[in-house]
Amino acid sequence: MIEARGLTKRYGEKVAVEDLSFTARPGVVTGFLGPNGAGKSTTMRMILGLDRPTRGEVRVNGLRYQDMTDPLCQVGALLEARAVHTGRSARNHLLALAQTHGISARRVDEVIGLAGLTDVAGRRVGGFSLGMGQRLGIASALLGDPATIILDEPVNGLDPEGIRWIRNLLSQLATEGRTVFLSSHLMSEMALVATHLVVVGRGRLIAQTSVADFIAAASPNTVRVRSPQAIPLREALAGHGVTITATGEDTLEITGRTNEEIGEAARACGIALYELTRHQVSLEDAFMDLTRDAVEYHATNAPAPAGASAGRRSAAHAGVAA
Amino acid sequence: MTRIATADGTAPSVPSQGRRSRAHGPAGAGRPSSVRARRRIGVTGRRVARSEWTKIISLRSTVWTLLAAFVMTVGLAVVFAVTLAGRWDDMSPADRADHDLTSLTLLGVNLAQLAIGVLGVLVVSGEYSTGMIRATLSAVPRRLPVLWAKSAVFGLLAFALMLVTALVAFLVGQAILSTKGIDLSLADPGAFRGVVGAAFYVTAIGLLGLGLGALLRSTPGAIAGLFGLVLVIPMVVSFLPDSLDGLERYLPSMAGNAVMRALPDPDVLSPGGGFLTLLLYVAVTLAAAAVGLRRRDA
Repeated sequence: MIEARGLTKRYGEKVAVEDLSFTARPGVVTGFLGPNGAGKSTTMRMILGLDRPTRGEVRVNGLRYQDMTDPLCQVGALLEARAVHTGRSARNHLLALAQTHGISARRVDEVIGLAGLTDVAGRRVGGFSLGMGQRLGIASALLGDPATIILDEPVNGLDPEGIRWIRNLLSQLATEGRTVFLSSHLMSEMALVATHLVVVGRGRLIAQTSVADFIAAASPNTVRVRSPQAIPLREALAGHGVTITATGEDTLEITGRTNEEIGEAARACGIALYELTRHQVSLEDAFMDLTRDAVEYHATNAPAPAGASAGRRSAAHAGVAA
Repeated sequence: MTRIATADGTAPSVPSQGRRSRAHGPAGAGRPSSVRARRRIGVTGRRVARSEWTKIISLRSTVWTLLAAFVMTVGLAVVFAVTLAGRWDDMSPADRADHDLTSLTLLGVNLAQLAIGVLGVLVVSGEYSTGMIRATLSAVPRRLPVLWAKSAVFGLLAFALMLVTALVAFLVGQAILSTKGIDLSLADPGAFRGVVGAAFYVTAIGLLGLGLGALLRSTPGAIAGLFGLVLVIPMVVSFLPDSLDGLERYLPSMAGNAVMRALPDPDVLSPGGGFLTLLLYVAVTLAAAAVGLRRRDA
């Protein structure tokens, strides 16, 4: 369980995080989404006590990180930038971390196996690929068997097999009742693992919701219907607050009616349906929609004039993908 | 028992170790196996020191640096002793009396201090340059135990090695001087103190480097600062007006000279004074490093 209350971090004049409050609960994977520069990494560093909040506080399992006597057993973390001395072997790195807590060397070998690093454990970390480095970071995060796991961009540099491995691992960890909190700029990846979202932009909370609700809120609520009897169906569904557009000879786009209402109406009139689909936006689209105004690095700083929304959208894309 | 698939697709049992009394969801069902409950898991000063020991001996640079310090010190002892022995017969009695035969065989530590000083810097700055410091401070969020453990482990390692080195240098150097029958033994007045003093001086310089590394967080910066203090400032001070001559003896290098010599010299501090001066340098630097470590973001 991670609880942030009014978390604020300023570096001089620059505000990195502003009055951020959120909760990441045990048993679910919570995604931490935001454009670059939104304050994700800073927030994670504050959770780990590496950066001191200007105001507010964040607690993990009810404790402030600095007050923990066994932090590695409370919180396992993989930070975006590598946190390993390049001259040391993977095993010695993990051993040194384990020894601060009196965690056994056997557990060290266990997490090495878990991360699939057994063959390279004796090699110096400096020669590791990005993917191997990520695996080592995950091994160190699991070292203390923590109840809360924080990962900043965990799939960075992983090959498809590695991505799949981490996806399964994270789901498994959440199923075990742990709090899993991860940031990623890969929306499709986030959509696959996370069930809850904390969305930030310019250091502020934009939304805290489930992935399903987040997507539903951004979806236009349109149902696409295909039927050989489109015209009678259209008449049957017409009503107050309902918009029906014919997009093809046998295809209708309907807003204002649920799938159930349309299906029942069709059955009552004896109309065959070939397709009945609620239009879903992707997490990426939903995210773009919500954070468009919160993206820090627009292509231009001038206020976007009316009708420039296409330009703004691509600017938002650039900001997020950068 | 929890099961987590490994990278190769197999699913070995993953014992959920050391859950202790925390109850947080089904993961707690995993029985402790790797770590028995009899050993309480948590950060202690001793454990942090153990971790720092593992860190320092698992880097190749440590081994090379210590080796270099040994070779330079003993090598220079040989060079100085052979040179002096060669000139001894031509020297005037006054000239002979001027030579402190204890510190002569220990002068190599002036080179060794550079190696040990750099190693001290790297003990901390190496963690900042690689990002390791984030892992270190995440494991020990109270932070200060890390600085104390690093200082203690590095200080003891450097002192132990330099004590052996200084002993070997002294004995080898005196063995060479014995060809002229002018050799000293450790039992001679001030000789043993000089040997211990040499080891102490180099250790102090190393700790100064460690403190500077923690303060400046940058390897080049801290090395420049340390070498400036040990090598450059003495030159600058020697050009100052005579009225400021008294300052010179309080420089780290001169304080080191004081603790290494057996014969008294009016221009340098007493051995005890040199010892205290060096201790003060180390204490002030480490205290400043501690304040910085506590206050600043990692």
